[in-house]
Amino acid sequence: MDFTLKIWRQKNSRERGSFCTYCIKDISPDTSFLEMLDILNEQLIREGSDKVAFNQGCRQQGPVVFDHDCREGICGMCSLYINGRAHGPDSEITTCQLHMRKFRDGDTITIEPWRSAAMPVIKDLAVERNALDKILQAGGYVSVNTGGVPDANTIPVPREKAEESMDAAACVGCGACIATCKNGSAMLFVAARVSSLALLPQGKIERARRAKEMVAKMDELGFGSCTNTRACEMECPKKISVAHIARLNREFLKAKLKD
Amino acid sequence: MSDKLFSKTPEGPLGEKWTNHKTAVKVVSPANKRKLDIIVVGTGLAGASAAASLGELGYNVKVFCISDSPRRAHSIAAQGGINAAKNYPNDNDSVYRLFYDTIKGGDYRSREANVYRLAEVSNTIIDQCVAQGVPFARDYGGLLDNRSFGGAQVSRTFYARGQTGQQLLLGAYGALNRQISKGTVKSYNRREMLDLVIINGQARGIIVRNLVTGETERYGAHAVVVATGGYGNVYFLSTNAMNSNGSVVWQCYKRGALFANPCFAQIHPTCIPVHGEQQSKLTLMSESLRNDGRIWVPKKAEDIFKLRQKSIKASQIPEEDRDYYLERRYPAFGNLVPRDVASRAAKERCDAGFGVNETGRAVYLDFKTAIERLGKKVIEERYGNLFQMYEKITDVNPYEEPMMIYPAIHYTMGGLWVDYNLQTTVPGLFAIGEANFSDHGGNRLGASALMQGLADGYFILPYTIGDYLADKIQLPKVDTNDPAFEKTEKEIKDKIHRLFSIKGKEPVDYFHKKLGHIMWEYVGMARNEAGLRKAISEIRDLREEFWKNVNIPGENNEFNQELEKGLRVADFLEMGELMALDALQRRESCGGHFREEMQTPDGETLRDDINFMYAAAWEYVENQEPQLHKEDFQYEFVKLAIRNYKE
Repeated sequence: MDFTLKIWRQKNSRERGSFCTYCIKDISPDTSFLEMLDILNEQLIREGSDKVAFNQGCRQQGPVVFDHDCREGICGMCSLYINGRAHGPDSEITTCQLHMRKFRDGDTITIEPWRSAAMPVIKDLAVERNALDKILQAGGYVSVNTGGVPDANTIPVPREKAEESMDAAACVGCGACIATCKNGSAMLFVAARVSSLALLPQGKIERARRAKEMVAKMDELGFGSCTNTRACEMECPKKISVAHIARLNREFLKAKLKD
Repeated sequence: MSDKLFSKTPEGPLGEKWTNHKTAVKVVSPANKRKLDIIVVGTGLAGASAAASLGELGYNVKVFCISDSPRRAHSIAAQGGINAAKNYPNDNDSVYRLFYDTIKGGDYRSREANVYRLAEVSNTIIDQCVAQGVPFARDYGGLLDNRSFGGAQVSRTFYARGQTGQQLLLGAYGALNRQISKGTVKSYNRREMLDLVIINGQARGIIVRNLVTGETERYGAHAVVVATGGYGNVYFLSTNAMNSNGSVVWQCYKRGALFANPCFAQIHPTCIPVHGEQQSKLTLMSESLRNDGRIWVPKKAEDIFKLRQKSIKASQIPEEDRDYYLERRYPAFGNLVPRDVASRAAKERCDAGFGVNETGRAVYLDFKTAIERLGKKVIEERYGNLFQMYEKITDVNPYEEPMMIYPAIHYTMGGLWVDYNLQTTVPGLFAIGEANFSDHGGNRLGASALMQGLADGYFILPYTIGDYLADKIQLPKVDTNDPAFEKTEKEIKDKIHRLFSIKGKEPVDYFHKKLGHIMWEYVGMARNEAGLRKAISEIRDLREEFWKNVNIPGENNEFNQELEKGLRVADFLEMGELMALDALQRRESCGGHFREEMQTPDGETLRDDINFMYAAAWEYVENQEPQLHKEDFQYEFVKLAIRNYKE
């Protein structure tokens, strides 16, 4: 298969970026999207950008920087906006699970980084997601030290609750929900953690403080507000439901009412 | 026994060693802990749990990871589960049985006392994770559920769907985040360790490269803990994440830490087969699938022909024409034999011409019987996400057609040699998790990597590191302007400069792929003397070519992923040679290390306990062959036996 790629190139977080156009040939439909980018990079290194690129005005030379790691959809490192969709034209996947068979031969594919004020581009397609760590540091845990905990089976958890908690805990922290939200809201990300812990007896003790502090941190870091468009749920690679946002709202309100 | 390798194994009966040791080791008072700095490199299960626990104790911890967040570490990809000797299912499990299974699974090439301690703390790990809110699978009564893994006849594996590693890591990452918010741990992301700094014979710091700006940075401490995982990516195609690398282990080796059993690499039997030359990595299908999946190939050559022609489907082959070869060869354990045994059995069938895809390198993992017995819904509940993952990659629906699988490199049992305190041969340098060699011998059992990572990080290192640090409370904070830092940093900068100045023709991946081919062919599932010698000579040639013809584009002072890869592959090209050298000296077959010259008439491993019952620990010697030291293993408590999974 042959493709034309329009890729966002940006030297670093301070300079402005622009699109560069490349063409790539003889890609097997079974190749993954990131492997296709590997092949492009190999060509850019071997032949130099001038030969591979269409538009000679391409300011950014050399291979394209993109984040990736596990390549099996669980680490949450890959983060591409492909043809206007977070993680590309398929549902319930991360970019590394996207295969070229999802495109048509000869397609033009536009590849951009996540775009959100709270997640700035650091180079080409890679963004800084420190803000997500900071939100979790504000309370996304159960406050127990190592050691001195009771036997695991002394805390029974109803199976349905454990399963629902697991649904939310499946979040990989990729940031697709934020990138796809027109407000740049991190509500689904925050809700996934708050809800996962609120459903379990272990997490109940700190639920009020957790909800308040994580929401406050999210606001402080410049994420937008939620207007219930549900775009986040549509693009979440782990199909995390907006029902968890409803639970976050309840947790937050209950906590505020108690104040 | 080499005098370099004093294991510090405590005296006494097996069940009392750890308790006695804990009583004997020194402790550091809370006021003094505040004065002591510890560097932890890596944030997988071992690194994150260690950093969090050490922070809780009051030490000043600095933690480093190569990704944008500690949560990306590759522990996150572990699917199936974590073992513990809870005996919740009442199937007669015990600490001793878990210990025994692990020693036997490792083919009697691990240290008895360490493995027993691992089994002993396993139960506390489950308690800890549950208290953190890890959503393990539960039965309707609200209590924890278990499943079985290879090499065990009991159900002792705790799991969170097919995402157990993710959930355990999120637990440890939560504990780490809590300490970061309290200020006891400082986290440095997108930093890659490039060297270890030794002052007066003690590990006192590290040099890292800031992966975004390209700057080298110096960090000092009273002790350095490496938790950087294994070196499976030497093989290029593996189930490891793309950024997982053995470079830190290699740097420590070159600074004097001994590297034990480098040839012990685990080949996992159930991975999605290679599809072509453009492939970058292999995807694992969890071992838990072998609870309900049955592995087979056709009995008849004509069916193989038709399958490759795609004129029939696997599901059309009648039951009597299927060879469930694991059930046939190993009736007692069936599909749940250990990984090395299952991998070799798949290779044997494919070598005999029964591989089911075009490349001849695939066998079936079939859920037909389980779906008939339990219904599709139950299978979906148990393995839904794995089935979905399989379908996304292969475009085949595994509920209708069997999965195609083939063995792939997955884990490395070898690693830095450590004593009972998890300290390497360099004072003040500790290695935990997959980065050390201690617990899995020649083969790791499924669901034991998560157990070991968390055991080391939560419950072992926090005790044993105190024994070292208790003497260091008078030692002032290290000055990072010390000449040792200057010198080490300069050496790294020179190496980077040298890489850029080659300006050759081929990208880094070209060399990495070539190295992978050599390793898989000669240092893979079956090894022999001629092949290993060939591997060593080919790796040397390739290394020479690399330093003449690699092309690292761009500059150092920028986000440069090719430079990152180049530095790692430069290390892999040295490491591969040591792996082959180690495989060459070990003239026996044991666990995942299968020497073709040493096998039983029916193709099983043939161990040599008289000559090879030791850990081979290699010492780096500049410009010379590395020197071999041996830690002899004495089995006081288990009786050596031939691993038998047949009856």
